[in-house]
Amino acid sequence: SGSVRSENLKETWRHLGRAAWAVGSRRCRHCPHSMRKMLAAVSRVLLGVAQKPASRVLVASRNFANDATFEIKKCDLHRLEEGPPVTTVLTREDGLKYYRMMQTVRRMELKADQLYKQKIIRGFCHLCDGQEACCVGLEAGINPTDHLITAYRAHGFTFTRGLSVRAILAELTGRRGGCAKGKGGSMHMYAKNFYGGNGIVGAQVVPLGAGIALACKYNGKDEICLTLYGDGAANQGQIFEAYNMAALWKLPCIFICENNRYGMGTSVERAAASTDYYKRGDFIPGLRVDGMDILCVREATRFAAAYCRAGKGPILMELQTYRYHGHSMSDPGVSYRTREEIQEVRSKSDPIMLLKDRMVNSNLASVEELKEIDVDVRKEIEDAAQFATADPEPPLEELGYHIYCSDPPFEVRGANQWIKFKSIS
Amino acid sequence: MAVVASLTRRPLEQVSGLLRRRFHRTAPAALQVTVREAINQGMDEELERDEKVFLLGEEVAQYDGAYKVSRGLWKKYGDKRIIDTPISEMGFAGIAVGAAMAGLRPICEFMTFNFSMQAIDQVINSAAKTYYMSAGFQSVPIVFRGPNGASAGVAAQHSQCFAAWYGHCPGLKVVSPWSSEDAKGLIKSAIRDNNPVVVLENELMYGVPFELPPEAQSKDFLIPIGKAKIERQGTHVTIVSHSRPVSHCLEAATVLSKEGIECEVINMRTIRPMDIETIEASVMKTNHLVTVEGGWPQFGVGAEICARIMEGPAFNFLDAPVVRVTGADVPMPYAKVLEDNSVPQVKDIIFAIKKALNM
Repeated sequence: SGSVRSENLKETWRHLGRAAWAVGSRRCRHCPHSMRKMLAAVSRVLLGVAQKPASRVLVASRNFANDATFEIKKCDLHRLEEGPPVTTVLTREDGLKYYRMMQTVRRMELKADQLYKQKIIRGFCHLCDGQEACCVGLEAGINPTDHLITAYRAHGFTFTRGLSVRAILAELTGRRGGCAKGKGGSMHMYAKNFYGGNGIVGAQVVPLGAGIALACKYNGKDEICLTLYGDGAANQGQIFEAYNMAALWKLPCIFICENNRYGMGTSVERAAASTDYYKRGDFIPGLRVDGMDILCVREATRFAAAYCRAGKGPILMELQTYRYHGHSMSDPGVSYRTREEIQEVRSKSDPIMLLKDRMVNSNLASVEELKEIDVDVRKEIEDAAQFATADPEPPLEELGYHIYCSDPPFEVRGANQWIKFKSIS
Repeated sequence: MAVVASLTRRPLEQVSGLLRRRFHRTAPAALQVTVREAINQGMDEELERDEKVFLLGEEVAQYDGAYKVSRGLWKKYGDKRIIDTPISEMGFAGIAVGAAMAGLRPICEFMTFNFSMQAIDQVINSAAKTYYMSAGFQSVPIVFRGPNGASAGVAAQHSQCFAAWYGHCPGLKVVSPWSSEDAKGLIKSAIRDNNPVVVLENELMYGVPFELPPEAQSKDFLIPIGKAKIERQGTHVTIVSHSRPVSHCLEAATVLSKEGIECEVINMRTIRPMDIETIEASVMKTNHLVTVEGGWPQFGVGAEICARIMEGPAFNFLDAPVVRVTGADVPMPYAKVLEDNSVPQVKDIIFAIKKALNM
């Protein structure tokens, strides 16, 4: 039948494409450079054809639905009459996109773990594997023109806000190809409408985020700011100062508590008199969201964003999530929680697994297709890691750069009075 | 504010006044303006010039400012541009920095810089370091301003000078105006600067009038950050100071002039980046140096000047060690006699100068 033939044809394209890529990418001395480039181009075209979403292939695919409706958990509400919907529609296209993004974040974090153990990454490294539904789900609920700021567990957000894995890993390894040219490291990555990456444990972030929201309101362009902090940070005083001013001035700010149950080594029960983080805004309405379910996060974000854009002021979201790694790479993460607990979350609530199961069970994608995405993602991460390892460190001459903005060059003192570095803006 | 009104009167009126053959009134070339009025004018002009500029702080709007520095601004610009905050320094300083990151140009007022200690993390870690950490991607065009240093009878927790603390940090610019001209030119430069700038004003100077020269009356009058000013030429000794003590230095210079000692008085204007070249050039001329500041001696502004002079070309021109005049090394006491002796007085400066000159 026609549709079977189309499947076989697609497979053929894929094989051809992969073959061309395989030949082209090998450092084959029998293969001149120009030949390799041609093969690479050919493979890109063929693989591109093979990956066209089902709806664009001339002959309709045998298996896949265009979309499916799912039930999602109802959110607990604080000072809200109604909350986000309890069902949502997921399109195949969106599903594949979210799957790919979450898998990319997952593999990127695991690669960072590997590089850290090889001592190619040093200093602080706070990984977010397990929390992928948060960064991907939040991004799915807002516009690229909205703003986002978070604390130091930021690699996932740096990616979802638009930077490449290459730029992120190279920043972790402290190379000149890093998104901050090696000057910032793990906790200080910035992108358009993404304000880091902030290091002060606790809540330097939250007043900053309220300030960005103030700018949104000031500029009158209907933009909002997502301001994230953790369950540990939730007890910092300046958060409450920010809550007060945001509510007073009706700033379009979504305060988001990423509750992964542990502030470093301290469980929420040992740190907070009230662990109902979504209620801690008191006069600010709040919702508690299943942070392991990307669709739940997406719907809650859409709901909260609409609330802010309607000029009603700030709103608070608590995302209940979990991190597989310890607090940072120096924390094995098992002295304050059991391996059984970690394993239980992995087997029952893993966000990527949940999405995958949903998509496969409702015919939005096939297992093989998702496996292919896995392979592709692995390659992307591997390439990025190679770049991040091979790229040179920033040149010493740039040590003094970027002290001041928009200033003429001047001299910066080094370790003694004779060592001087040039500083340009 | 009659002097201000006369400033805005159109030239034609003055000409027609002459033609009408009244008693000739000299056009006000120089104007008497207090430091408070100068800061007010500077902020007013910049608020008018750029709609991204706004002011926030405690009591800045409806109260007209705790020290009346922002008088009239809320009436003119309204709630959007002049914002009263609750008592939450860390919170509103952070909000101001966030707004600056998102493209606005906030002026964040601390009622006094003593309260900025609540918010110092935002000033240093969120504002000062960000441009560097982001390798030039994220700038923070913010001004932190307010009264700094000793006042009168406000005791220890309200009298600290923060010039050394903020001057310590790369990524910040720190200015310390003395006169009205300084105040106006520096606040305007600070607001137009794309970097975080700390403006250390002085409460006891707010009410002091100075003559504002004609060029300082222009709406584009700016004083460059990082440049000191020689307030008084001299040949025998260089006196370097900033903020209110500059007045005392000039007084001491007047007294000593009668004894034949000519002091060159340098007003630093900027703490960071420090204009060490002007100081060096002066020392190479006079061969003697005295530093005067209101802050504590250890790790202070004078200590930094001493170190830099030692490291530079001017060291070989010194005929005597540098002498520092500073605040006493104690938390500020309350009783008048104690307070008076905890800050540099004119007699202390004169004594120090004579010591430097070995007299």
